[in-house]
Amino acid sequence: MSDVTIKDEHLVPPAEVEEPELYHAHTWLGKYVFSQDAKYIAIQYSGTAIAIGLVGLVMSWVIRLQLAFPGVISSIDANVYYQSVTMHGMIMVVYLLTAVFLGGFGNFLIPLMVGARDMVFPFVNMLSYWVYLLSVIVLVASYFAPGGPTGAGWTLYPPQAITSGTPGHEWGIILMLVSLALFIVGFTMGGLNYVVTVLQGRTRGMTLMRMPLTVWGIFAAAVMALLAFPGLFVAAVMMMLDRTLGTSFFMPAIVEFGEHSKTTGGSPILFQHLFWFFGHPEVYIVALPAFGIVSDLLSTHARKNIFGYRMMVWAIVAIGVLSMIVWGHHMYVSGMNPLFGFFFAVTTLAIAVPTALKVYNWVLTLWRADIHFTTPMLFALGFLVTFVNGGLTGLYLGNVIVDVPLSATLFVVAHFHMVMGVAPILVIFGAIYHWYPKITGRMMDEGLGKIHFWITFLGAYMIFFPMHYLGVLGVPRRFYEMGDTSWLPLSAVALNHFITITALIVGAAQGLFFFNLFRSLKYGKLSGPNPWRATTLEWQTPETPPGHGNFGRELPVVYRWPYAYSVPGAPEDYLPQNAPPLKGEHLL
Amino acid sequence: MSVLGLFFILVAGVATLYLWREGVMDRPWLEEGEVTAISRASGVVEPPPAAKVGLVVFLAVAGCLFSLLVMAFFMRMESPDWRTPPAPAIFWFNTAVLVASSAALQTAYFAANADEPERVRALLLGAGAGAAVFLLGQACAWREMEASGFYAASNAANAFFYLLTGTHALHLFGGLVALARTTGKAFAAVKAAAVATSVELCAIYWHFLLLVWLLMFAMLAGGADGLGVICRRLLS
Repeated sequence: MSDVTIKDEHLVPPAEVEEPELYHAHTWLGKYVFSQDAKYIAIQYSGTAIAIGLVGLVMSWVIRLQLAFPGVISSIDANVYYQSVTMHGMIMVVYLLTAVFLGGFGNFLIPLMVGARDMVFPFVNMLSYWVYLLSVIVLVASYFAPGGPTGAGWTLYPPQAITSGTPGHEWGIILMLVSLALFIVGFTMGGLNYVVTVLQGRTRGMTLMRMPLTVWGIFAAAVMALLAFPGLFVAAVMMMLDRTLGTSFFMPAIVEFGEHSKTTGGSPILFQHLFWFFGHPEVYIVALPAFGIVSDLLSTHARKNIFGYRMMVWAIVAIGVLSMIVWGHHMYVSGMNPLFGFFFAVTTLAIAVPTALKVYNWVLTLWRADIHFTTPMLFALGFLVTFVNGGLTGLYLGNVIVDVPLSATLFVVAHFHMVMGVAPILVIFGAIYHWYPKITGRMMDEGLGKIHFWITFLGAYMIFFPMHYLGVLGVPRRFYEMGDTSWLPLSAVALNHFITITALIVGAAQGLFFFNLFRSLKYGKLSGPNPWRATTLEWQTPETPPGHGNFGRELPVVYRWPYAYSVPGAPEDYLPQNAPPLKGEHLL
Repeated sequence: MSVLGLFFILVAGVATLYLWREGVMDRPWLEEGEVTAISRASGVVEPPPAAKVGLVVFLAVAGCLFSLLVMAFFMRMESPDWRTPPAPAIFWFNTAVLVASSAALQTAYFAANADEPERVRALLLGAGAGAAVFLLGQACAWREMEASGFYAASNAANAFFYLLTGTHALHLFGGLVALARTTGKAFAAVKAAAVATSVELCAIYWHFLLLVWLLMFAMLAGGADGLGVICRRLLS
């Protein structure tokens, strides 16, 4: 360190920024409803997403009640069951997770973390939210349409998605496709903003390799989403034409209730290709922001720099690239050329390399660190364990020969809930506990937070661990009723009851979180600007919560990477990114 | 699928180049002697306007959309029920008009840089009119197809015809809205240089849509069979 010195003339003079062209709201409506401030849009996005997520939670209860106590609740018939399965999947994956990570955290954190006053296209950003809201409304409207929402399964495979006999084949499927198309249009507007803001909006000194991993994760996810969502868009438009105009893009010649359909030669496999071209990257669209956020939570609450920052960045990029070419592993059972299966198995297993690299680096970050077991840290650690768990079963399912017998069982349900259900949700909770003080200026209650963590974490394991076992026993997924199950041991039935009761309790326990969230708004301890003593720019704003324009009169100048924790010789155990360099400091 | 592969190689290439230029491979900890507080990558070169970067990213999205449609076209084509409809003759006229429109916009951009407001306005109007004529021509092509009995529901090849041309037309229509706003600005502004960026963005978008259209035309006009054979050969 001593061989490098920084001469004073190389330091940046105080920024001479011309008054930025910021949008200023003049009316009450413009400020509180049609706001163009990314921070406000973030809250709108998150609020809407969490609200619709609660609907998804209730749907999961319906599924579980039917599975454990078939016939006890008479209103859950086969139609309601399949509609619940479909809506649960679609809501959780698209309308909750994607929207919260990109629309919510992306909007709030990107401008603050890269030192920008706002997104580069604030008006488009606002439109993005309103189109998203419209898509949610259309989705909810399908509950009130004749025939109810579609029950085609969240993958909406044709031909059954639009043939009679599937619940919601009259209106539900149309509303679902319209809603998805709207969501994609809205997301594309937002995604353009996130990508261009990261590329263009960074403050001086904020090089790409000085960005917090949260921004890298969200950035990579936004790029992937921009390239992957068109797949779903094309699939939705083509299916819509099949449904409304009677084209045969996907619809083969079929006999329906004794009548020959007019369609011929359509290819259901084509739909599956298009759907999974979106569907697989979607997993990482959700996972990459979670990876990024977890890296920041671990580093901040363990008071230690992230181990192998560059490796982490390249791992994010590598995962992003690889995940665009693995979609075929969702189609092992659809009858593909075996060579394709081989190709997709190889790429799928190759993703384990950058992913494992990230896990090792997280563990090495924790090694001999000054770990503070705060609520955000607990959630981050919970994520780490859960993601490893889900990832390991992914290695089984990535192999064609293991996937084929397991594909239709609860093993798959357990796998993807661990890896893209529980793990990202834990990160969302952790991130909310972590950034709540910046959003509101008050801390959330730590005691309640810890209780919430242990119930959620242990509860999730009590729900999904037994499911692996049930899957290996051969309990099928998607079935409304099991029929003859004499080949199953009685313990399987008992486990099924256990899972359902736990799911009800864990779901209800989320009330604790909401109680904490709303109570802390008023009664939470005042947090001050930087309660976690973190280095990144969002904690260095002059006001908390940050005002319009984020950084007061002058934008910060960045001198170092975001993980300067416990630097030897520094006055405190952290150095903010914008603190002037110390004598003899080696800037990364 | 090879269409999609090619497209992704292009996107990855551009992204790698960009990251390289932004200095992601710098190793500040290995540098000897004085270290500048602010890396050379930021602030030295005037960055391109945000709107331009935004447009490039959007073109990547639109390019992905068209690639996927083309991929679906080639995959669906292998089915034995596929009957390629003849491409309407008016396509040749439409293509010529779109080429002229694109060229007019490029010339308008040069004129804007040379600060000739009168020429910019005339060229913008001409380009807009050209694009509008193209859209009308496409509508005629649709009518012609329908009149000859090539309905969307009767064969997937017809359905793809409408889907591909329709998607392209919608994109061009969106472009026309942007062009109208730019033209409005050009008439309001005294100095032509004030609208140079907007005109440039329109021109880039037009060239992109022209390229898409040329490929699409080749595909629809029966070159598709030839292209399909090449693609299959590349795959196997």
